[in-house]
Amino acid sequence: MELYSLTIHEISDKIKSKEVTIREVLDSIYSRIDDIETKVNAYINLTKEYAYIRADKLQKKLNDGEDIGILGGVPIAIKDNICIKDVKTTCGSKMLENFVSPYDATVIERLESLGAIIIGKTNMDEFAMGSSTESSYFKKTVNPWDITKVPGGSSGGSAASVSSDMAFASLGSDTGGSIRQPASYCSTVGMKPTYGLVSRFGLVAFASSLDQIGPFTKDVTDMAIMLNSIVGHDDKDTTSVNLNKIDYTKYLINDVKDITIGVPIEFLKEGLNPEVKKAFDSSIDKLVEHGAKVIDVNLDYIKYSLATYYIIATAEASSNLGRYDGIKYGYRTDKFEDLLDLYKKSRTEGFGEEVKRRIMLGTYVLSSGYYDAYYKKAQKVRTLIINDFKRVFESCDIIAIPTAPNTAFKIGAKTTNPLEMYLEDIYTVPVNMAGLPGISIPCGFDSNNMPIGLQFIASAFEEKKLLQAAYTFEQNTEFHKMKPNI
Amino acid sequence: MEDKLKEYEVIIGLEVHAELATKTKIYCNCSTEFGSDPNTHCCPICTGMPGVLPVLNEKVVEFAVKMGLATNCEIAKFSKQDRKNYFYPDLPKAYQTSQYDLPLCNNGHVDILVNGEHKKIGITRIHIEEDAGKLIHDEFTGSTLVDMNRCAVPLIEIVSEPDIRSAAEAIEYMQTLKGILEYLEVCDCKMQEGSLRCDVNLSVRKYGAPKFGTRTETKNLNSFKSIQRSIEFEIRRQIEEIENGGTIYQETRRFDDSKGIGYAMRTKEDAHDYRYFEEPDLAPIVLSEEYVKNIKNNLPEMPNARKTRYMKQYMLSEYDASQITNSKILANYFDNTVSLCDNPKAVTNWIMSDFSKMLNESGIEINQSKITESNLANLIKLIDTNVISSAMAKKVFIEMFETGKDAKEIVEEKGLVQITDESAILKIVEQVVNENDQSVSDYLAGKDKAIGFLVGQIMKLSKGKANPKTVNELLIKVLENKK
Repeated sequence: MELYSLTIHEISDKIKSKEVTIREVLDSIYSRIDDIETKVNAYINLTKEYAYIRADKLQKKLNDGEDIGILGGVPIAIKDNICIKDVKTTCGSKMLENFVSPYDATVIERLESLGAIIIGKTNMDEFAMGSSTESSYFKKTVNPWDITKVPGGSSGGSAASVSSDMAFASLGSDTGGSIRQPASYCSTVGMKPTYGLVSRFGLVAFASSLDQIGPFTKDVTDMAIMLNSIVGHDDKDTTSVNLNKIDYTKYLINDVKDITIGVPIEFLKEGLNPEVKKAFDSSIDKLVEHGAKVIDVNLDYIKYSLATYYIIATAEASSNLGRYDGIKYGYRTDKFEDLLDLYKKSRTEGFGEEVKRRIMLGTYVLSSGYYDAYYKKAQKVRTLIINDFKRVFESCDIIAIPTAPNTAFKIGAKTTNPLEMYLEDIYTVPVNMAGLPGISIPCGFDSNNMPIGLQFIASAFEEKKLLQAAYTFEQNTEFHKMKPNI
Repeated sequence: MEDKLKEYEVIIGLEVHAELATKTKIYCNCSTEFGSDPNTHCCPICTGMPGVLPVLNEKVVEFAVKMGLATNCEIAKFSKQDRKNYFYPDLPKAYQTSQYDLPLCNNGHVDILVNGEHKKIGITRIHIEEDAGKLIHDEFTGSTLVDMNRCAVPLIEIVSEPDIRSAAEAIEYMQTLKGILEYLEVCDCKMQEGSLRCDVNLSVRKYGAPKFGTRTETKNLNSFKSIQRSIEFEIRRQIEEIENGGTIYQETRRFDDSKGIGYAMRTKEDAHDYRYFEEPDLAPIVLSEEYVKNIKNNLPEMPNARKTRYMKQYMLSEYDASQITNSKILANYFDNTVSLCDNPKAVTNWIMSDFSKMLNESGIEINQSKITESNLANLIKLIDTNVISSAMAKKVFIEMFETGKDAKEIVEEKGLVQITDESAILKIVEQVVNENDQSVSDYLAGKDKAIGFLVGQIMKLSKGKANPKTVNELLIKVLENKK
């Protein structure tokens, strides 16, 4: 068994018992990267030099008998929209091709203070806008399970790196499904925590009221460890909540007898791939087998989620991306007549098609004369969606739903039809709209051996219930042990 | 044309921007200090680096609530911050965080005193927002540079109702706000540094017209003089335009103070669509009853209350009291001086006449003058104890203003001590009476005017030192004896 194929909890034990050195772990992961990265294209930048410096420091600490933290020596990959001091943060965009962040994101400070070693920055859809990682300016990441297919997105690099053992875990960001959908496509565990549970300070904003950082891991136990590492109030993010510290590993319980699962059957009638439906149904059966109670639930407004999402997310994005204007940092056009020309050319040349499409949409829905009809109305619908979930969670503990309606599609299959691409997020977007936590875990494969994901959703700050259900499912299935043949 | 001007009513509303005197910026810990080297008070947050988030400085809310309470506003228990989106190189985030539909303070008013009459000026709202940076054009290279020190310095915007009817009222309103801001110590009110500035919304209509005329907005006026001149200019321009059959367009204007001329900057057609929406990175501002009450109970004495106190306690006229109390610096100077010499009337007279004239001429504030409170008090004491006459005091005052020396020192140096000894004065009186037969006979013939000439001669002979009152008394006595 190669070191790189282990989980966080397995490698941690080996490091702490000094069965392996941290350098050996890094060597293993970087040689894995050397072997397959040219095929997978999960990374935009590697931080190898810095990683080895950290490895030696941590090893010395360990040898001196000091505590190196729960992630001591564990190599972790970071989505390239999370800032690391003195490291490029490109957001997958030409606009920020050479942008070096002057500060660390709060999650980076937390991970490093717990001994994690950051090994590189992962590929993503430009500014996290997309569901396939195809809109990255730099490269197309492929799905390790079939290199002709997309890894999902926007955190496709983070998903593919964990799925193909090029990282023990990774961080992504999820605005409408950007962690859970690629986790589903690549057969990893992926979680979007409750809005406000993890600090967003240092996450380059796409849609501020929806964005949330979350981990990709190889199993549910690692997910609990990663959550323990990144959760917590941050004075620098006033939308982050101040709650008592929870040890999420306590909820790795192989039992669902006390859990009622709601299934929104009505919502699953249209547009769901039959093979995904089949895997979903048998997953529910499995949970029932282990004592879970299952009920039908009705989410009346959930069908408006996607439309509402594309108003609110684009509105916020149009404002958040205004700062990329060619003045202070980032891409600036070579030739320009005047200030307006500088703005127009820099933004036209620096942004890709999908980003420009969303900036235009967002600008439109906020403009005077249209604001009430679109943005204001969307905010009202959002409140209805939130209330809908609240009502449903009075009768169940978690909701189960497929993560995505399909398995990974061929590269290029949906790039000419953005609406079709947007529909891949239909089951993940409602969770962001309501600010709830959601987890995707491997639950099967289709006839082409492409992974299928199962999503659990809980009410705000009930990540522990997600972990319990996911852990029970994982303990009684083998899907998470499957590795892509790459 | 001058007659035509009188046919029109002028409608003015002011939007006053006051930089708050907090130590740090509105969303980060950078200093708000003015005048430092460019781009030295900046961090990733106030320069809008990717990924940063704002954290609201609570002092900003406190200061704005203070101003709201001092101007009789209702304080919103729930308000929010919004993004005002537009592109400009001095605005690193491409949006200004401000307040749009739910400001912190609403429906206030202040009283102003113009030509002895009281007038209430309504305040529509006061909201908090952030300042932008500064563009500096480099003549040498022809490039434009950005200084971000001022980015995210906290501001309040005080929006008045269209209750102002003249330049004089606008100035008085601005003076009143300035006084309140100074008393609260929430703004340093240094207009030349831009920490207090205003936009003037102005329209005209014939008296009796049912509707307001189209208004224009003249932006960024940062001295009382430019506010006054720009208003006078704009009134005349609009009336002339209308009288010549032209149209007033809703537009943003700029006033060139050096030339005394206003220009149109942009019309409504190419006005920005700011696409306001709620700032998702900041939670709504929720204030408790206790919070507001606590601030209210701890407000310092306000100019109006101080004015009333001065009128009662020191028997000052409303005009004098209002002039002195409008400026906290002036009022404090007044208080300190009165406590040292116990003659409020004399202190008022000095401050309202010679002193303020000289301050105006040299363009400085009273606390920048060389005459300290104790200097002025000592001067007044010298007069009150008959050591020097009022006439001498005026000369002494000029020297005090120029040199900063104490009155006593000047009086001693110049030997200005008043002669009050009656026998010494009598000697001079008798000498002058003896040497001026003509004037004496004029007086005795009933021409009282002659006495003035004689007094003048006596004062001249005593080198101005004789006590004028004694001179008068003795002269009349001597002359009467000749009858």
